Amino acid sequence: MGNKPHRLIWSIPVLLMLMTDCAQQEKVDFNADIRPILNKKCINCHGGVKQSGGFGLVFRENALAKTASDVYGIVPGNPKKSELIKRITNHDPEFRMPLDGEPLSDEEIELLTRWIEQGAEWETHWSYKKPEEPEIPQPELAWGNNPIDKFTLQKMLENGLEPSSPASKYDLIRRVSLDLTGLPPSLPRVEKFINDASPGAYEKVVDELLASPRFGEHWASMWLDLARYADSKGYESDGQRYIWKYRDWVIDAFNQDMPFDQFTIEQLAGDMLPSPTLDQLVATGFHRNTMNNDEGGTFNEEYRIYAVIDRINTTWETWQATTMSCVQCHGHPYDPIDAQDFYESMAFFNNTADWDIKSEFPVLKELNEEDQQKLEEIKNWVEKYGKEKDFNQLQKQILTGTPRISHDEYTRKENIVHHNRALQDYVVVSDGSMLEVDALDLTGEKWLVLYSRQRKPANGKVIIWTDDAKIAEATLPKTKQFQPLFIELSATKQPIKLTLRFESGSKDFKAELDGFTLVEKLPGEDAPGFENVTAQVQQLFTAEPEHTTLIIQEKPRKFARNTHFFNRGSYLDQRQEVQPDIPAVLQIDSMDLKNRLDFARWLVSEENPLTARVTVNRFWARLFGKGIVVTEEDFGTMGDKPTHPKLLDWLALQFSKEYQWSIKKLIKTMVMSATYQQDSKISPGAKEVDANNRWLSFSTRTRLSAEQVRDQALAVTGLLSDKMFGPPVMPPQPEGIWNIPYSSWEWETSQGKDAYRRGIYTLIRRSNPYPSFINFDASNRQVCQSRRINTNTPLQALNTLNDPVFFEAARQLALHLNNLDTDEVNKLASGYQRVMRQPAEENQLALIIELYDKMKSHYQENPHETESLIGKPDAQLAAMVVVANTLLNIDEFLVKS
Amino acid sequence: MDHFNEARKKYLEFTTRRHFLKKCSTGLGALAFGSLLGMDKVVAQSIKNEGSGLPHFYPKAKRVIYLHMAGAPSQLELFDYKPELHKLDGQDCPPSLLEGKRFAFIEGTPQMLGPQHSFRQHGHSGQYVSDALPYFSQVVDKVSFLKAMHTDEFNHAPAQLLLQTGSPRVGRPSMGAWVTYGLGSENQDLPGYMVLISGGSNPSAGKNVWGSGFIPSEYQGVQCRNSGDPILYVSNPEGLSRNARRVSLDYLNKINHAEYNDIGDEEILSRISQYEMAFKMQVSVPETLNIDDEPEYIKKMYGVKPGESSFANNCLLARKLAEKGTRFIQLYHWGWDTHGDSEKRSVDKGLLKKCQETDQATAALLIDLEQRGLLEDTLVVWGGEFGRTPMRENGSASKMIFKGRDHHVDAFTMWMAGAGIKKGFSYGETDEIGYFGVNGKTHVHDLQATILHLLGMNHEKLTYRFQGRDFRLTDVHGHVVKDILV
Repeated sequence: MGNKPHRLIWSIPVLLMLMTDCAQQEKVDFNADIRPILNKKCINCHGGVKQSGGFGLVFRENALAKTASDVYGIVPGNPKKSELIKRITNHDPEFRMPLDGEPLSDEEIELLTRWIEQGAEWETHWSYKKPEEPEIPQPELAWGNNPIDKFTLQKMLENGLEPSSPASKYDLIRRVSLDLTGLPPSLPRVEKFINDASPGAYEKVVDELLASPRFGEHWASMWLDLARYADSKGYESDGQRYIWKYRDWVIDAFNQDMPFDQFTIEQLAGDMLPSPTLDQLVATGFHRNTMNNDEGGTFNEEYRIYAVIDRINTTWETWQATTMSCVQCHGHPYDPIDAQDFYESMAFFNNTADWDIKSEFPVLKELNEEDQQKLEEIKNWVEKYGKEKDFNQLQKQILTGTPRISHDEYTRKENIVHHNRALQDYVVVSDGSMLEVDALDLTGEKWLVLYSRQRKPANGKVIIWTDDAKIAEATLPKTKQFQPLFIELSATKQPIKLTLRFESGSKDFKAELDGFTLVEKLPGEDAPGFENVTAQVQQLFTAEPEHTTLIIQEKPRKFARNTHFFNRGSYLDQRQEVQPDIPAVLQIDSMDLKNRLDFARWLVSEENPLTARVTVNRFWARLFGKGIVVTEEDFGTMGDKPTHPKLLDWLALQFSKEYQWSIKKLIKTMVMSATYQQDSKISPGAKEVDANNRWLSFSTRTRLSAEQVRDQALAVTGLLSDKMFGPPVMPPQPEGIWNIPYSSWEWETSQGKDAYRRGIYTLIRRSNPYPSFINFDASNRQVCQSRRINTNTPLQALNTLNDPVFFEAARQLALHLNNLDTDEVNKLASGYQRVMRQPAEENQLALIIELYDKMKSHYQENPHETESLIGKPDAQLAAMVVVANTLLNIDEFLVKS
Repeated sequence: MDHFNEARKKYLEFTTRRHFLKKCSTGLGALAFGSLLGMDKVVAQSIKNEGSGLPHFYPKAKRVIYLHMAGAPSQLELFDYKPELHKLDGQDCPPSLLEGKRFAFIEGTPQMLGPQHSFRQHGHSGQYVSDALPYFSQVVDKVSFLKAMHTDEFNHAPAQLLLQTGSPRVGRPSMGAWVTYGLGSENQDLPGYMVLISGGSNPSAGKNVWGSGFIPSEYQGVQCRNSGDPILYVSNPEGLSRNARRVSLDYLNKINHAEYNDIGDEEILSRISQYEMAFKMQVSVPETLNIDDEPEYIKKMYGVKPGESSFANNCLLARKLAEKGTRFIQLYHWGWDTHGDSEKRSVDKGLLKKCQETDQATAALLIDLEQRGLLEDTLVVWGGEFGRTPMRENGSASKMIFKGRDHHVDAFTMWMAGAGIKKGFSYGETDEIGYFGVNGKTHVHDLQATILHLLGMNHEKLTYRFQGRDFRLTDVHGHVVKDILV
C-alpha cells in the first residue's frame, strides 16, 4: 500500500455530510434512480444467484440481512453504517466496489446515500404494476392526429426535437401496405390514392389493407416466430410434421380480427373449453410446435419434459416478456422470481397427453368428403335420439382417439414390457399378461376400443373383467399397424376396477398395445338403421384422414400427472411435489388458478399487468422499427426501460378495454397517427441528437423481413400467387441443401403456381431452413423468438443478386418491359415505377438509362453472353434483364421508408 | 495499490485496448469503435455496451481447424489402449458397472468387448496408437491427447450441441460463432467461419452446430458446398459476366449513394459496402475453395479426390482457408457410429473404413500446416461428441451379429495440436477398461474454455447479453486445461 494523500481521508465524511444534507430534500425514486444503478453496477455479483460476500440486491430482505463478513450492507436510515456506502466510496481499488470497475459517479453515490437515508425502500418494478390511465399531455406545438402524437411530441420537444413533415403520398402508401399486408400496393391503387385529394384518402387505404386477406398472411409470421411453428420435428433425422392447419388458423384469426383474449385462450387451452369446436382444438397446436426427438437412444419421458419446459418458457416470453428459463435451475439473477415459481408454472402445462413419440399423438383428423358425409349422418342420428353434447364428444373421439388410457394409467400390470425409447411407445403383451385400471367410469353403455398390433396370428385373446366378473372377450386381429378393436361392455352401477387379461395358450403370442379408450355407445338402439350407423362409427375410427394436425389434450383429472421440483433443473433429481401457481410478484389478492384454462384466462384478465403492454409493444415495434420497450422479449428489470412509458400504458388500456382486444383497431390507431406518417429523411439536427430515433422525430427506415424480401420481388414482377392456405410448398432452392442423417425425405420443388406462393407457405425444416430466409435473418423456429435482429451482410447481396428465384423475377420484369409499346426511356421509367411504386426522380432515371445503354453495347459486343443470358441474340432484352436485376437490389427496394 | 498505481493500471488498459482496436477490423473491438458494418444500429448499440477489451490476453492461436468425427469414434480401438479389456473379452459385465447408468441402447447384462484393433507405440513420445491409423502414427509427436474426456449427453444430436454450443438444447451460438463474434475475421474477402462436410451426411444436430443462436446471424458458419456454388449464390447467373456485374454494381452504388445524400441513413452506406464485399467474394471464394491448382505432391500427400466430396479434399481446403486467415474452420466427417448392427457400423471393419477415409489427410494436414509455419498459430482439434462403451452392444431392437459398442459419456479421447499445445504429450487417464476417467478428467466445457484461452479469450468474459442474462459458451462451467499448454 502506498501513501494516501492526506486530504482524501477527511473528504469522505465531508462528502457524507453533504449528502446527509441533501437527504432532507427530494424523495428518491427507486425504479427510476436506484434500480438502474444496482442493475448496471452491482447485480452481476450481488444478484439472485451469485451473492458475493453473502450480499444480494434482488429482494430487500436479502439486502438488509447481515453479510458474510458480519456487517450490514444496508442499514435503512443510516448510510454511514451501511457497508455498501463505505465500499463504493473507498479509495483503495482493492476494496472499492464495483471491484475492477469504474467507480460510481458522485451523483450515483449521492443518490444511493439519499435513498438509504430515506429508508432504503424497494419498489415493485414498473412492469409488474398494473397500467393506469395516463393523462394525455398537451404540448404547446399544434401537431398530430391522435393521442399517440401528443405523447411522442412531448418527448420530442423535451429532447429538443421537432416532428418531420409528412411522408410523400407515394412513400406513405408503400410503407403502410408493406406494414399491414407485407406487400407493396398495386399500381392502380397507388394511382387512385395519388389522385384522391379528399381528407379521408389515407384512411380508406388503411381500411382496405386491414380488410385484405393478405393482412393475416403478413402478421402470422410474427406470431409463428413466437409459436416456433415449423413443418418438421427438429432433432436429428428431423422428420416431417403435419401442423400447417395451425398456421392457417393463425392467418385466419388475424384476418377475422379475433380478439386477442380469445386468441390467447384458444391457443393455450382451447381443449379445455366446454365442448370445444374443432377450430379451437386446432388452435392448441401453438404448444405442439415443440421439438421432438426420434433419435435412437432417447428417453421419451426426458424429451416430453423438455417440451413442457419449452412451453413454459415460450408462454412466459410470448405473453409476459418474462425470462423464465433462468429460474429453471435457480433463483432469477435479477428479477423477483425463484425456481419454485418455475415448477409451479410447469404444473399448469404438465398434464397433457402428448409425448415424445413418433406418431406425435394426439392429432386431429380431417376426414375426406365421403367420410365427412358419414359423420354428418352420425350427427343427425345422435341429435335425433340423443343430445347435441353427446355428438361433440363422439366426434372428438372419432377424430382424435382421446382420451387414451395407456401405460401411465395402468394401476397394476403383470408380464408386460414397456417400450418407451426413440420411435417406440407401446407395451408388449404375451400369454398370461394382465393390466388393470382402478375406478373407471363404466356407468353408461360403452365400447372399449383397444389399439393393438399383432404381426403374427397366434390366437391371442383379450378377456375383460370387472372386479371378479368376466364381462367381455375378443380375439386380437392380425395387423401391421395399430388398429382399434371394438369390445362391447355392459354398464355397471358405479366406477369400477377394470382388468384386461391376455391369453392364447401359445408361446408365440405377442401383441403390442397402444392403450384403449372408452366410447359411449350410440343412442336409439331400437330404431331402424342403428346397426348401420354403428358400423359407420366404427369405420370412421379407422378412416384414413385427408389431413391431420397436432393438438394438445389435457389428461382427465383422474389420471393427472404430478409435478415435482427439479433440483438444479435436473429431471433426474425430482424433489417435492408442487401445485400450479403464478409467481408472487404477479399475485394480486390471492388467486386460485387450478389449471391451464385458468392460467390462460388470468393472462388476459384485468389482473395481469403485462399481457396488454407486451402485446401492443410487439405491434408497435413492427410498425415503428423498434418497441417502446426495445427488448420486446424482456420486460424485467434487466430489459430496456420504455422510452414512452405513458404512451405504452395508454395503448395497453386502449387495446384491452376500449378496443376489446381488437388487433385491427390497435394497428389502425397506430398507423393513423401523425408520428407514423412522418417522412424518413433524417434532419441534421435529429442525426446529431437522436440518430437512433428513440424520440420518433422521423420515420425509421427498416429492412424488410425475409418473407417480404421474397414476396415483394415476386409481387412487383407479377409472379406472386395469391392462393391461400394448405400444405406447405417447396419453392426452388439449390440442390443438396437437405443432407440429413437417417432421412429419405426429399425437397420436391413445387410446380406451377405453388412455386410462387407467399413466403409464409414455404416449408420450414428446422435443421435446414429455406436458405434465403436464413440469409435475411428469419427464425429457424426452434425456440420462441420475439424479434429478428436485422443484419446487413454480403451473403444477402449475393442472395438478391444471384439466387435463381430473384433472377427469374428480374427476367420476368425485363420481358414485361420489353414488350411495352413505347420507347426505351419510357420502358426504363416504367420499370422503376413498377419496382418502387413511384416514378423515378430525374437523376435516378438518368443513371438507369446510362446503365441500360452501357449494358446494351456490352451485349451487342458480346453476343455469346447475350445468348447464354436469355437464349436469344437480343441485346436490348439482355440489357433490360441486368437493369431489372439492379432495380431489385437498390437499397430503397429492400427497406420500407 | 495507491492512486499512482491505479492510474498506471488504467493507462495500460486504455492503451492496450486502443492498440487492439486499431489492429482489429471486425468483431467486438471494431464494434466498440463504432463500425456498424453488417449490424443494425440497435444491435450495435447493445453490443457496444458489452465491449470488454478483446482479446483478453496475448493469443497463442489465431485460428482453429476443428475436425469433428460425427457419430463418435471408439477411443478403445484408436487411442486408449486397454490390454486388460482383451482378457475380459466375452465375459459378462459385472452389475456394479451398470448400476445407475443410463445407456442409449444396452439393455440387461452386456458382455465385455476387447479392443478390435492392435496397438503399437510410436514416435519419441512412445504413445500407443491403433494400427488402424498408420499415417497418424507418424505424426503422434505433434499432438497432445486428452484421454479422459467426458460429457453429459449420450445421444448424438444433444451431445454434438453440448460440445459445439455449450448446451444440449438448440438455440445457443456455436463455438465458431462465439470466436468470430469475439475476434472478427482476419480476411475481409472471406467469411470468418467456414464449415465443410464429408462422410455422406450432415451431423445429427444439423446446422445448429454452426448456427449463431441468439447472437446476430452474420456470425453463423457459412457452409462450403461440395457441388454447385462453393458458397450459395456466389456465382453470377449464366450470361452475366464479371465485367457486366461490375458495371451494374457501379450504377447500383450510384443510385444508393444518391439516396443516402437525400435521406442520410448510414445503413445505406453499409449496404453499399456489403455489395462491394460480395463482389470481392465472388473471386476470393472460388479461388480459395478450389484445389485443382495445388501441386501434385500436395494432392498426393492428402490423398484428395478431385470432384468428390471427401474428407481429404476438405482437409486441403481447410489449410487453404487457414492460409487466407479464416478464423474458424469446422470439418464434420459423418459415420463413426459403430453400434455393430451392420458391417458398416462395426468397430472392426466399419471403423477401419472410417479410419482409411480420414487417416492420411489428417496427418497430411498437420505436416502441411507445419511446413508452412502455420501450425504455430493454428490450433487443430480432433474428436467426436462422446466415446464408446467397453461393453459390446446387445440392444434388443436389432440383431447384433457384428461387433459394436454403445454410446458412452464417461470416457473418450480427443487430441489437439499446434498453437500453444504441448507436443507428443498425453493428459488424463482412464481405468484399466477405459470406462471412467481416473485422473485428468476433462469435460467438454473445459475443452471449450481451453480453445477460447488459446485464442486469447477468457471464457468467463466472452459474453453476450440475451434476455437480461450474460451468456457464455461454457455456461457456468469450464476450466482451462493448463497441463497441455506449452
